[in-house]
Formats: sequence, C-alpha cells, structure tokens
Amino acid sequence: MLRFVIRRLLLLVPILLGLSILVFAWIRALPGGPAEALLGERLTPESRAQIEEQYGLDDPVFVQYWRYVKTTVVDRDLGTSINTRRPVSEELKERFPATIELAVAAMLFAMVLGVPLGYVAAKRYGGPIDQASLVVSLLGVSMPIFFLAILLKYIFAIKLGLLPTVGRMSVLIDIEHPTNFYVLDAIIAGNPEALWDVIKHLILPAIALGSIPLAIVARITRAATLDVQNEDYVRTARAKGLPPRTVDVRHIFRNALLPIATIIGLQTGLLLSGAVLTETVFAWPGMGTWLVEAIDNRNYPVLQGGILFVSLVFVMVNLVVDLSYALINPRIRVS
Amino acid sequence: MKLSRLWFVFPLALVALAFAAAGCGGSSKSDSSSSAGGELVFGTASDPVALDGALVSDGESLRPIDQMFEGLVTLKEGTTEVVPALATSWKADAAGTSWTFDLRENVKFHDGTEFNADAVCFNFDRWYNFKGPFQQQSATYYWQTVFGGFSDKKTPSLYKSCEATDDHTVVINLTKPSASFLGALALTNFTIASPEALQKYGADKGSVDEETGFKPTGSYATQHPTGTGPFKFVSWTRGDRLVMEKNDDYWGDKAKLDRLIFRPISDNAARLQALQSGEIEGYDLVEPQDVKTIEGDDSLQILDRPAFNVGYVTINQKVSPFDKIEVRQAVAAGLDREAVVKNFYGGRGEVAKAFMPPSLEGYAEDVQTYPYDPAKAKSLLQKAGVQMPLKVDFWYPTDISRPYMPDPKRNFEAFAASLNKSGFKVVPHSAPWSPDYLGRVDEGTAGHLNLIGWTGDFADPDNFIGVFFQSFSPQFGFRNPELFNLLDQGEAEPDEAKREDIYKQANRLIMDFLPAVPYAHSKPALGFRADVEGYEPSPTTNESFAPVSIGGGD
Repeated sequence: MLRFVIRRLLLLVPILLGLSILVFAWIRALPGGPAEALLGERLTPESRAQIEEQYGLDDPVFVQYWRYVKTTVVDRDLGTSINTRRPVSEELKERFPATIELAVAAMLFAMVLGVPLGYVAAKRYGGPIDQASLVVSLLGVSMPIFFLAILLKYIFAIKLGLLPTVGRMSVLIDIEHPTNFYVLDAIIAGNPEALWDVIKHLILPAIALGSIPLAIVARITRAATLDVQNEDYVRTARAKGLPPRTVDVRHIFRNALLPIATIIGLQTGLLLSGAVLTETVFAWPGMGTWLVEAIDNRNYPVLQGGILFVSLVFVMVNLVVDLSYALINPRIRVS
Repeated sequence: MKLSRLWFVFPLALVALAFAAAGCGGSSKSDSSSSAGGELVFGTASDPVALDGALVSDGESLRPIDQMFEGLVTLKEGTTEVVPALATSWKADAAGTSWTFDLRENVKFHDGTEFNADAVCFNFDRWYNFKGPFQQQSATYYWQTVFGGFSDKKTPSLYKSCEATDDHTVVINLTKPSASFLGALALTNFTIASPEALQKYGADKGSVDEETGFKPTGSYATQHPTGTGPFKFVSWTRGDRLVMEKNDDYWGDKAKLDRLIFRPISDNAARLQALQSGEIEGYDLVEPQDVKTIEGDDSLQILDRPAFNVGYVTINQKVSPFDKIEVRQAVAAGLDREAVVKNFYGGRGEVAKAFMPPSLEGYAEDVQTYPYDPAKAKSLLQKAGVQMPLKVDFWYPTDISRPYMPDPKRNFEAFAASLNKSGFKVVPHSAPWSPDYLGRVDEGTAGHLNLIGWTGDFADPDNFIGVFFQSFSPQFGFRNPELFNLLDQGEAEPDEAKREDIYKQANRLIMDFLPAVPYAHSKPALGFRADVEGYEPSPTTNESFAPVSIGGGD
C-alpha cells in the first residue's frame, strides 16, 4: 500500500513537468500578451517593449521556461500576478478555499439527492419513480448551468427574496477570515448570523453546480444497483432467508458503492479545478473566475501557477479515489 | 424497502427545511438602509488593482480613490469645468510655465496629519522621482501622458519643480508652457496623499526580480490609503468587498452615507440580478440590452453619463488616391453613420460631428458635416478622377466590444454596404483586436479604412484631437503643418478664452481636412435602485458618492 502511494507520488514529477511545458507553451501561443491586455488602444511599440523587458518576455522561450522552473522549484515562488501585483501563492490561498467550499457543497447536494434517487429508481425498476429519476437526471445534464443559475436566482432571489444572488456572504456582515473557508470562519468567529448568511450564499451556487454531478451520480447508482441486484450471491442471500434489509445494505448497496465512489471522486476532482460558469454567474471568487480573468489579461504567472496547481489537485484526488477502493472493497489490493 | 423510502424522503425534507428557514431569515438587505445615513453597496466590474492613484490607470481603482482622495483642482459635478478642490485659487505667470496655487487651510488627512504646501510638493516629487518598474506605462500611464518623463531625464518632462513658498502656497514650475496641465491636475491620479502614510506604510517599497517583475511589499496601497476626501478607508477583502466610511472631519460638505461598499461582480447579468434583488444599490456600465429591463422596473432607475468617447473611421492618406480631399469627402458621404448609430448602439449613441465629445470646451457646432449621400459620393469620386467602383481595403477588429463600438463587425457590415452603394468596392479584412489589429492600425498597415476609436483620459481637447492629429502618425499618414501648429498652440495657450477659440478653429479645420470620419459618441448608462438620490454622472466617470443618499428607507 505504502509502496503504491510512493510510486504514484513519484509519477507526479514527470506529469507535472510535462504539464508545465504544455501550459508554458500554450499560454505563449495565445495571440497578444500582457502588454496588449494592460494598455489596449494606448499601446505603443515602446511601451510594449518596456513591459516585455520588465517581465523577461523578450528572452527566448526556453530561457523563460528555465527561469520559471528555477523560481518555482528552487525558490518555491509562483511569481507575481501582473495585474494585481500580488504573489500568485497569496491569491491562490484566497481563491482555492472558495472553490473547495463550493465544490463540497455541490457534491453534498449531488450525493445526498443522487445516491438515494438512483438507488430507489433501481429498486423500483421501470416504475414511476424510476421514470421520474430518468427525467430529472436528463434535465440535470442537459440544462446549461448558466441558464439554470439565472433561473434559480430569478425565482429564489428576485421573485421570492429568499436567497442572495452573488458572493460568499453579505457585505453588511463583517468577520475575520483566518482560513478563507467562510463556513469555518463563521464558526470560529462564533457568529451564527454570519454562518447562516454564508450557508444561504452557498445554496443556489451549489444547486447550479451540483446539477450535473447529481444526474451522473443518480444514473451510476441506478446502474450499479441494478447490476448487483441480479448477482448470484444476492439470490443466494435471499434464498437463505436473510432479512431484506440486510441483503439491501450488506450485499447490494455495499457492492454497488464501488463505481459510485469512483464517479464521486472524479466529479469532485473536476469541481475542484474551478467551476468557471457557476463562479462567474454568482460572482464567486474562486479558481474558475481567477483563471478566466487571467486568460483575458494574459496574466502568465497566474496561469502558470494556477493551472499547475489545479492539475496537482486533480492527480491527488485521483490517487485518493484509487486508495478508497481498497477501503470499500477489501477484495481489491493496491499494489 | 423501508430504508430506501426513508432515504429518499430525508434529503428532500432537508432541502425544503433549508428553504423554509431561508424564508424566515428574510432578505438580508431590506432592514439595513432605513437608518439615518445608511450603507450603499455599489457593484463594480472588478477589484481595484491598488488604492494608490499615482500607480494605477484602471477605472475600478480610480473609482474608490476618487471617494477618499482629492487633488488641487477637480471637475464641477457632471461637467468638465475645472473648479477648486484642495487649492482655492491659482494663476499662471505670463510665460505659462509657473503656476501658483493657494491652498485650502485647516484640511487634515485621514491620519490626522496636516495638509499643506509641503505635502503637495512631497507628492509631486514622489511622482517625478519614480524609478524602474514605476516607470512602466501600466503603472504611471497618466504621469507619462501629462508630464512625459521622470527625474532621470531619459525622456523630457514637462514637470520641473515644486516650491512651497509658504505653508499654504505652492508654486509648480514647468519646463514649457502648458494649458492642458490644469485640466490634467483634476485627474484622480494626481490626488494628494498623506506623506506620513506614504512613508510609514511603504508605498514605494518593493523588490524587483527578473522573472516576476515588481513586487510591492508595503501595505499603503492595499490597507492604508490616506487622503483628505469625504470617505475614508475601512477595509478591503479582495473578491468580496471594499469598505469605506464617512469622514466626519471632512472640510467641505460631509458625506450623507455612513458607509460606502464596493462589491466586485464581473458578470453583467449577475450585476443586473444583484440590483434587482437589492443586494447592490447601483452599478456602472449597464449593457445596452439591459437598459429597457431597468427602465421597465419601478423600483429601479437608469442614469445617463454624458458621452466621453468617439468612434471613427480612419482614412490612410499615405496610399493614393486617399490623399485627395474629394476621395475623403466621398468616403464621408458614403458612410451611413445615422443608421449605424441608430441600429447598433441600443439607443445609447449619438452621431459624432467631430472628434471630441460636445461637453468639452473647444467643441465647435459649426463644423462641416457630411450627411449620407451616395449620389454625392459618386460625383465626388468622378471629380477626383478615379475609376469607379474604387476598391478599398477596409479593416475591422474581432473579439472586442468597446463603448464607442459595441459590435465592430455590425458597424463594418453596415458601412461596407453603404460604401458599396456609393461608388466604392469594399474588400473586407479583419484581425483579432489585440495585438494584431491594434498593431496594424498603429503602424498604418490596416488598409485604406479601418474602425477604431478613443475614450478620453481627462477633460481637455488636447486629450482628444491632440492625441490624434498633433503630429505625423502612420495611422493617418498625412503631414499638415497648419493643423499641427494650431494644436501645438492650443496645448500651450494659458488664456482660456483664446484657447477655446484655437480648439474651435482646429475642429473646423479637421472636419474640412477630413483625416478620418468620426461617427459615434456613446453614452454609458448606470443602473440604480429608484430610492438612490444625488448621484450625478460625470463624463469623465469620476463621480463622488458624497452627495448620494438613500431616500425613504427601503
């Protein structure tokens, strides 16, 4: 097990190295550069040269790449954002918790609804609940997040006035942010009003972002349950007179969990890389909006640091998913 | 079976419970605004870069700086007229190179230190002595636009020195006469900061390294911006909020609001919905298609900001036959400008008669105009002796929307159609806005005609027609000594009346000479809750929130 983990972690080195080259080349292949983004109509050849010199963009690309690797690896410095003039690592520390918080809320929504929905649908195969779950999950995957978000905001915020439409908490409430996880910050501050406000701000974005994972989780749960249900050992278990509840929990659900865990893990990994649309529509200051703005501004240091970090997270989540197989199903040995 | 049924019901109940509870909580905003001054939340397009006027040029940085800082002079609300601020009066010497300002007395910075002549000179000297990364255009664009170079004399500077002749009199010496200097001093970038705070919080501290550029290490521009304005800084959490509060020691009319909060919401649709739900009380740059929605809602209102931009069609005279005036006149007559402005500006545009907005001094009503007239265009081409249809390379940018051309492609298509009816044959060309298109326009390689425009930096005719036509540029490819001289004179003339005459004359000359064809000024729109009062939109966008109040509770 330990060897497996170490080997997977070592694999990270070539993965990240390859990725860093790709990212580095890709963002420099985009038309335009920071100078154009910063100055627009006011750009002159002199000012462009000045900015390129300042950020070392006038050197050959491989020299730039070498310098980048050196500062990242040796100095452990992700550089400074061209637009905000702040260290990339500092912005990352603010942005990533926002994305995690939203991703966790969205996955909770998707799991808490999706797993039971899929399970019940399978148990009532072909019945009205099954049909209904099909429709719901179809809607979930096919409705554009953007549209869903605007619709949700229209109903719950503008018409009913129940929930807020933007941001992570009301600007009229003030608390300290030691962790940048606003839920935790509110708990640490011991401020129930703030906590409730933060949760209210999470509801609509979590539903919007969770709609696709919800549909996927429900479909996978249904399929997995159907599969397991017809296995010989389930029939045997029933035949030997085990209570239906025991068969459901021990024989069916537990075995169906494996693909469910996989899909939940992978979806979480995806959500952690930042949900561009949801974050934009809800003015959620997470990784998605950060990276998109960085693309618009040709903010090379943010793009390099941010994308590399997101890839790292994605690989790590996959590793955790692989490891969790062993915990769920002892028949699988990681080696 | 039982278990499965329970599982299904439980989460639904949970969600239902959450909504029910949310209902009990009510909307968070409704009860807050009924208190005396109250709080106003304004939706911005992004976070500021930094809160140090000397080192920024983006609108979302300037907006909060305008609330907390003041310059020697300012612009009268809603106009481009220069009026006293921290200086009560001023005069230039006969040569126009030495400007004496009498300063307002009993003014204090937010940190309690005294505002005086030394503080003014400290700020000017700070700007003049910027080095290294501070000399980048993205940092000190406005200093370089107005004053040119720095103390290292790599490029000549308009600024020479600052003398505090007594506690409340300051003399600013220039290297040559400049009249646009005074208007430029109203820029947010030249507002006066507390010297003590600048030093104490390391406004200019930072490290430069090759890879990552300049890294500020001081906290002045993020946590301690200190001016004299009607609002003072409270806190700034990026991506979330920038909070300011009323300055109770303000020397002038105190702010009506207790607190002013700027909240970044980058998405246009999200800003509109936040306004509708009451989470914000207002936002800037309403999209043309959203104006109707806001106008149709009784609880909301639209405010117009006077136009401060111009969209125009470049004519490159370097290539024959566009050096012939008849051909340029034919281009002007062949462009259906009315139709373009009417159809593609969502009711926010007006047809431009000249290259500067009507609100600026020096604007001339009586310039030569060129109504759309295909027949006349053809006869002009005939007169010029060119063979019809005359082939023109016409460029437009892709992937961009500017206030003066919300949708360049549609502008182009309409113009191409009207030119084709007027004896021309348009060959379309396009390129991505940046860097290709901007580069080509700049270098004069974007065909015979191209679409471009300008948004003013400050309220001075020199910042419009001076930028375009004061000297030779490859974009237009002409040399007109009469025009160049006139614009040089205008820039230097200290007497306001004479100056206005010179610019009127220049505008007439330009519209006769027709180096390009102006076609649109657009008026940006602001959206507010209906109960917000006292916001006066200004063409240069540096509106003050001090007179703003929220009337009659929610």
